[in-house]
Amino acid sequence: MSDHARAPIDFLAEEENPEFKALKRKRFSIVVPLSIAFLAWYFLYVILSTYAHDFMSTKVVGLINVGLILGLLQFVSTFAITMFYVSFANNKLDPPAAEIRDRLERESEGVQP
Amino acid sequence: MTLTASLVSQATTEVENNPVLNIAIFAAFVAVTMFIVLRASRNNKTASDYYAGGRSFTGPQNGFAIAGDYLSAASFLGICGAIAVNGYDGFLYSIGFLVAWLVALLLVAELMRNTGKFTMADVLSFRLKQRPVRMAAAISTLAVCFFYLLAQMAGAGGLVSLLMGIDSKLGQSLVIAVVGTLMIIYVLVGGMKGTTWVQIVKAILLILGAAAMTVWVLALNGFNLSTLLGAAVDNAAAGVGEGVLNPGLQYGANPLDFISLALALVLGTAGLPHVLMRFYTVPTAKEARRSVVWAIWLIGAFYLFTLVLGYGAAALVGAETIKNAPGGVNSAAPLLALYLGGPILMGFISAVAFATILAVVAGLAITAAASFAHDIYANYMKKGKVEDPDAEVKIARRTVIVIGAVAIIGGIGVQGQNIAFLVALAFAVAASANLPTIIYSLFWKRFTTRGAVWSIYGGLGAAVLLIAFSPVVSGNPDAMIPGADFVLFPLKNPGIISIPLGFILGWLGSVTDRTIESPELAAEMDVRAHTGFGAEKAVEH
Repeated sequence: MSDHARAPIDFLAEEENPEFKALKRKRFSIVVPLSIAFLAWYFLYVILSTYAHDFMSTKVVGLINVGLILGLLQFVSTFAITMFYVSFANNKLDPPAAEIRDRLERESEGVQP
Repeated sequence: MTLTASLVSQATTEVENNPVLNIAIFAAFVAVTMFIVLRASRNNKTASDYYAGGRSFTGPQNGFAIAGDYLSAASFLGICGAIAVNGYDGFLYSIGFLVAWLVALLLVAELMRNTGKFTMADVLSFRLKQRPVRMAAAISTLAVCFFYLLAQMAGAGGLVSLLMGIDSKLGQSLVIAVVGTLMIIYVLVGGMKGTTWVQIVKAILLILGAAAMTVWVLALNGFNLSTLLGAAVDNAAAGVGEGVLNPGLQYGANPLDFISLALALVLGTAGLPHVLMRFYTVPTAKEARRSVVWAIWLIGAFYLFTLVLGYGAAALVGAETIKNAPGGVNSAAPLLALYLGGPILMGFISAVAFATILAVVAGLAITAAASFAHDIYANYMKKGKVEDPDAEVKIARRTVIVIGAVAIIGGIGVQGQNIAFLVALAFAVAASANLPTIIYSLFWKRFTTRGAVWSIYGGLGAAVLLIAFSPVVSGNPDAMIPGADFVLFPLKNPGIISIPLGFILGWLGSVTDRTIESPELAAEMDVRAHTGFGAEKAVEH
């Protein structure tokens, strides 16, 4: 990349910085389980739709069957995960990330003559 | 078939023979968007302006543009038609398209925005060797854009016969040429800013139109979904009946094929280069996140509408009428519009469908042009040392003209051919070649240049080869080459093999690679990705 920060920053040391490590850990602690969960739930739905036709065709209310309800629940879970993640990222990830970013920007500016 | 159905098909013929209204509404769309594009182009000075719209779009604006990019004619007309004819299995399709956005939201969007500049290759080559990785990423970007573009252009030809009543080969070719030329003008003049505004206008029209029709269909059925389903069952294709409500109508014969498709749908979206490029049009990673959130709401709502519209078309127009209409299953939504609101609504929906093709090909063209000019020309050929800052944008503009010409010639060439599989192929390549390298670059420290190159070429090659020897290309009457038979791979979707292969090759190439990639660059990328330090800023005008 041609547009590195103006003053050299020791990124290797920065990566070991406890604040930074905590930020990364916080992100992964939410993002990894959520990703595994939604992918598992999606593939469960796909496999049921492919191999469990009778179960998915069971009527629940009127003509609305299990398959349609599970399909609509995929929409619900997608919207729910989205809202949950956004509020998490806004409240728990953005503030510490901004703190580190501001400090790094000050450091790189400060060295600049 | 009922009396209404035959009335609809009669009316259809009349409207199609008198398509002035459809063309007038479409011309109005072109006039309005052209005006916006001209206004937006005033500030197109730097590469950041041209490729990334000056990074000055807000999250919601970009969310609409992403929805505009993503909701192609295939997903609007195709999914409505698939639900109308194949019922539940059409709905399965849309769920994969939506859930896929969680991959983009949770794993890709923000970190890409923080580490990249204009293209996917910026991120992939950040800490690896520039030239081989850029070249590989650019080739796979161009391949995805090409497959997607060709599918859209072929769709345009098919739509013409349906919406404008132009059946002659010459007339259709002419319309394809007009679409291609308009696309070139939009992208040439407007750059990313103009293209984004076209997407936004189109997304608003498409979603509003679909919402209005959804409410209308529900109102006709007493706002009771079960009543609507009952009417769809009554009007289903012969011998299907309640089958439209159950899974298995389309994919029942080959379950593995559907699982393969589902994999490609859910993992492909976050690797589509024209979607990734949209993350650079906003000023910060936070806005990139907001834009994905808006996109998820818009796309999710839209797919819920298509569920109602698809069953509504089956109920009100009838599956047989749709199948026999010019344009086949793609005619479900326009015919439903005709049934509900007469020629004016049909003209509106048809024009929106056309605008959709136009906007999507414009988005693909600017992505391909940026990748060629920025990755191949500036960084591969000139090794990142382009003296004249305008030279890169100049090359990008010339590439747009070439891409437009390829799109027009290709679109005319594939007319009447069954190449709907190209969209699925684009998703499969995105999931097999792009996503593994993106994920590894962002999250796996030991990832090396060889891993990236193996993964990209391996995933791309496997997906394309498997498709070439699959039943969609040869061996049956519906194939692209019906006369020949060189089928070696039984599935229509390569994802189930090529996606794991892309991930395995990325891992294998890295662990067997003795070269050590710069730990400093890896640390810098890590810090920048997670904090946004040093991320590209918006252009101040």
